[in-house]
Amino acid sequence: MKVWRGNAHGGGYRSYSVPARESQTVLDVVTWIQQHAEPTLTYRFACRVGMCGSCAMMVNGEPRWTCRTHVRKVLDGQRLEIAPLRNLPVIKDLATDMAEFFDKWTGAEGVFHPTATRKDAIAPISPADPMRQLANEAVECINCAVCYSACDTVTANPSYLGPAALNRAWTLQNDERDGAYAQRLRAVSADGGCFNCHSHQSCLTYCPNDLNPTASIAGLKRLSSTSFLRRGRTR
Amino acid sequence: MIGLRLYLAQRLSAFLMAPLVIGHIATMIYAVQNGLTASEILDRTQGSLWWGAFYGLFVGAVSVHAAIGLRAIAFETLNLPVRWLNPLTWTVGMVLALLGGRAVAAVVF
Repeated sequence: MKVWRGNAHGGGYRSYSVPARESQTVLDVVTWIQQHAEPTLTYRFACRVGMCGSCAMMVNGEPRWTCRTHVRKVLDGQRLEIAPLRNLPVIKDLATDMAEFFDKWTGAEGVFHPTATRKDAIAPISPADPMRQLANEAVECINCAVCYSACDTVTANPSYLGPAALNRAWTLQNDERDGAYAQRLRAVSADGGCFNCHSHQSCLTYCPNDLNPTASIAGLKRLSSTSFLRRGRTR
Repeated sequence: MIGLRLYLAQRLSAFLMAPLVIGHIATMIYAVQNGLTASEILDRTQGSLWWGAFYGLFVGAVSVHAAIGLRAIAFETLNLPVRWLNPLTWTVGMVLALLGGRAVAAVVF
C-alpha cells in the first residue's frame, strides 16, 4: 500500500507492506505502519469508533472516516493509497490543518446563542415539533470534514463556507432556544455563503453519518430568500 | 461569489425564461412547419407589441441569467480575481442586452 508523506511544501507517496488481517480498518493499517515501519508517520485519531471525527483521510482518492472503513471494502484490486484530506492545508503526512474548517463554522454563525440563563427552566421542546425534526435530521455531524474535503465548490472557491458549517447553521436555525436567527441568516447569505452551493451532492454521497448537508443548504437558501422577499421578517 | 441578490436574480430570470423558451421553440417549429418566409415572419412581428414584449422580456432574462452564470464560471473555473467579477457581470449583461435588444428592434420596428 502507499501512504502520502510530506508537509506543506510538498511530498509524495511511499510504499509499505502491511500484513492483511481479518476485519482490518484503514486506521488499523496506518497505525501498523507507524508502530512497525515508520515511527515518524504523522496522523490524527482519537476514539476509533466513529464518534470524534478526527481520523478522516483520502482513501484511494475518496474522503473517508478511516476508523470505520474496512480495507476489504475499499481495496481497488490490490491498490490502497492513503493521503491527507483534500481542500485543507497539510501540516505533515496525513495530518491537515483544520483551522480554516472550524473558522468557517464560526463564520457561518455555527455557534449557539443562548436566550436563557442557567437559572431559567429548561425549554420544553417536543420531539414532534417540526423544527426539532428538521434539526434532528442534520444534527449528528461529527465534524470530520469528509464533506468539506469532498466538495468541489470548496476546491473552486476557497471563500465558500462549505457543507459542514452550513449544515451546522441549519440545525441552529431550527433550534427554538437560539437567539441569533437574523444574524446567522446574514452570515450564511453573504458572498461565501449558501448561495454558492451548486448542489453537486458530494457531501451527501460521502457523509459517513448519512447526513444530507445539500438539503440543509437548500433550507438555508429558502430561509434567506423568503426572509429577503418579506423584507427582513423571518419566522 | 454569489450572494443573496445575485442568487435571486438568477433564479427569477430562470423562472421567466422557462415558459419563454417553450414559446420560442414552439414558434420556431410553427414557422418552419408552415414554411413561412422571412418577409411573412416580419409581417407578423413588425409593429406587434406582443412579440416585442415576448422577446424583449426574453432578452432581459437571458442577459441577467447568463451574466451571473458566467460570473460563477469565471471565478471558480478560470480563477478570475474577485475585483473583476462585478465589471465582468455588468459587461456580459450589457453586451447581451444590447445585441438581443438590437435583434428584437430589427424584427419589431
